[in-house]
Amino acid sequence: MIELRYFAWLRERVGTGHETVETEAATVADLIEELKARDEGYAFAFSDTGAIRAAVDQELVAFDAPLAGAREVAFFPPMTGG
Amino acid sequence: MPEIIVQAETFDMGAMLNRFAGRQVNAGAVVSFSGIVRDVATGDLNAMEIEHYPGMTERALAKIADEAMDRWSLADAFILHRHGRMGPGETIMMVATASRHRADAFAAAEFLMDYLKSRAPFWKKELTSDGAAWVEARDEDEDALSRWQSGG
Repeated sequence: MIELRYFAWLRERVGTGHETVETEAATVADLIEELKARDEGYAFAFSDTGAIRAAVDQELVAFDAPLAGAREVAFFPPMTGG
Repeated sequence: MPEIIVQAETFDMGAMLNRFAGRQVNAGAVVSFSGIVRDVATGDLNAMEIEHYPGMTERALAKIADEAMDRWSLADAFILHRHGRMGPGETIMMVATASRHRADAFAAAEFLMDYLKSRAPFWKKELTSDGAAWVEARDEDEDALSRWQSGG
């Protein structure tokens, strides 16, 4: 079981800020493909992966990052702090 | 140890800067930067809302501050960033650095800002009379990081 978190416009498009999923995905990229295959809403939310960043257990990672042992995966647009 | 504060409440930047400067014993220089909510081009910003990722936010800011402490000869560093709703003119965030000589404090403060803008999980949304719109990340913000990565 992995806890998924969504932020900013990705949260709005997915329609929730967090959910728990059962997944066999080996990497962040695999997980994105799984989510996109769910329904049109997810497919739309994840349609432009160039505009999406990911964190595994609260550390920013590349999409080829492995999910083995991960507890929490977050997806969000590029950050705009400061 | 750098101090990191993430809060929704307003703060008095002068008071926070005095507090930071007041606890330095071995620093001859203190540099600070404050970010303020600016109006949109059309001049009708009602509010700005900042979303963040509780937990990761504090970790990311601490990591950036630790990196600054490693790269420059700093006595101390401080980051305060707000989240939630704020109006035009309100202070969003501040950073402060302290060092023996000013060059380190200036460079480290710029480094903190450059990294904080695109590596700390905050997202700004502008609320105007036309509705709400997420602020888009600018290419310049990402480009600003490259100068710290090459040779720095």
